[in-house]
Amino acid sequence: MAILNCNELRKSYGSKVALNGINLTIEPGRIVGLLGPNGSGKTTLIKICTGLLTPTSGQALINGMSPGPETKAIVSFLPEATYLNSWMKVSHMLSFFKDFYSDFNLDKAQDMLRNLGISEKDALRSLSKGTKEKVQLILVMAREAKLYLLDEPIGGVDPAARDYILNTIIKNYNPDASVVISTHLIYDIEQVLDDVIFLKNGEIALSSSVDDLRENHGMSVDAYFREVFRC
Amino acid sequence: MTWRFEPDRPIYIQLQEQLKLAIVSGQYPPGGKLPAVRDLAEDASVNPNTVQRALAELEREMLVYAQRTSGRFVTEESEMIEKIKTEMALKLVDEFVSKMAAIGYSKDETNAMLTKIEEVEERGDTQL
Repeated sequence: MAILNCNELRKSYGSKVALNGINLTIEPGRIVGLLGPNGSGKTTLIKICTGLLTPTSGQALINGMSPGPETKAIVSFLPEATYLNSWMKVSHMLSFFKDFYSDFNLDKAQDMLRNLGISEKDALRSLSKGTKEKVQLILVMAREAKLYLLDEPIGGVDPAARDYILNTIIKNYNPDASVVISTHLIYDIEQVLDDVIFLKNGEIALSSSVDDLRENHGMSVDAYFREVFRC
Repeated sequence: MTWRFEPDRPIYIQLQEQLKLAIVSGQYPPGGKLPAVRDLAEDASVNPNTVQRALAELEREMLVYAQRTSGRFVTEESEMIEKIKTEMALKLVDEFVSKMAAIGYSKDETNAMLTKIEEVEERGDTQL
């Protein structure tokens, strides 16, 4: 069964249409890039899949279910903005996640933190922006989820941190789970992706595997994106 | 191993080529075990499914074989590897000759140039 299935998904904010009839299917074991310029609907789509927003019409099904407690148990979401409380310590976050999610693998998270030399005693306040983003990614990737939704995970971090984040995604690859990564930094990410979905004004402008796109157009996804979205 | 990917061609083909080069050059010797998909993916920073596809292509070319439980190995048939090596060499020579032709060298002139370079190298000079 598909992990994510969107059917004629529409979302309007008042008269502003954010998603205009999205149809897509994501199978298990895929790493998918959700690509589009600012305001194309990436975050709206992700937020509907997490259950944070409700669609105006149509539906998004996760493992065949509408967003709710059952889907939240199998969806691991990395929001664009951090939601970690700065007074908390890393250890607080670990127990927080352990309480909230039965699929949270504490050993894995501790291992990943140790590899980065982050102490569990560190207060989040004392961490740099890049380190904070890494901690958040570790928390999200240490869950044994079915669907990972990562909203702009590589925006605003330095290239070394970016490499770390991409390697973490590869290292945690699970053939039974899928990863959706929204970004407009395509160049850095395209060799990690199986498939790309281009969003344009709330509609799917293109859906293809990365290698098919390169084969058919003789250019990188990044170059093709620039062509499709030329201003 | 250092991996390098050009932006305008499928990644699995480039992976396949670079793995082939590693086999032909003996970095992965005949009968030797190849790293696991996951390790290759991490090392090259590419998607594991792409690595899987590149390896499947090498299997199809009989350069690599899979053993059900213990992973993938380089073929033990060295003639097979020699054959691929010759194919690669021919392709390189072909490219070289056509690049020389593009700057106006005939095949004979190219040959003469190669001989000359060899002589110069033997003498230890740097001037042609």
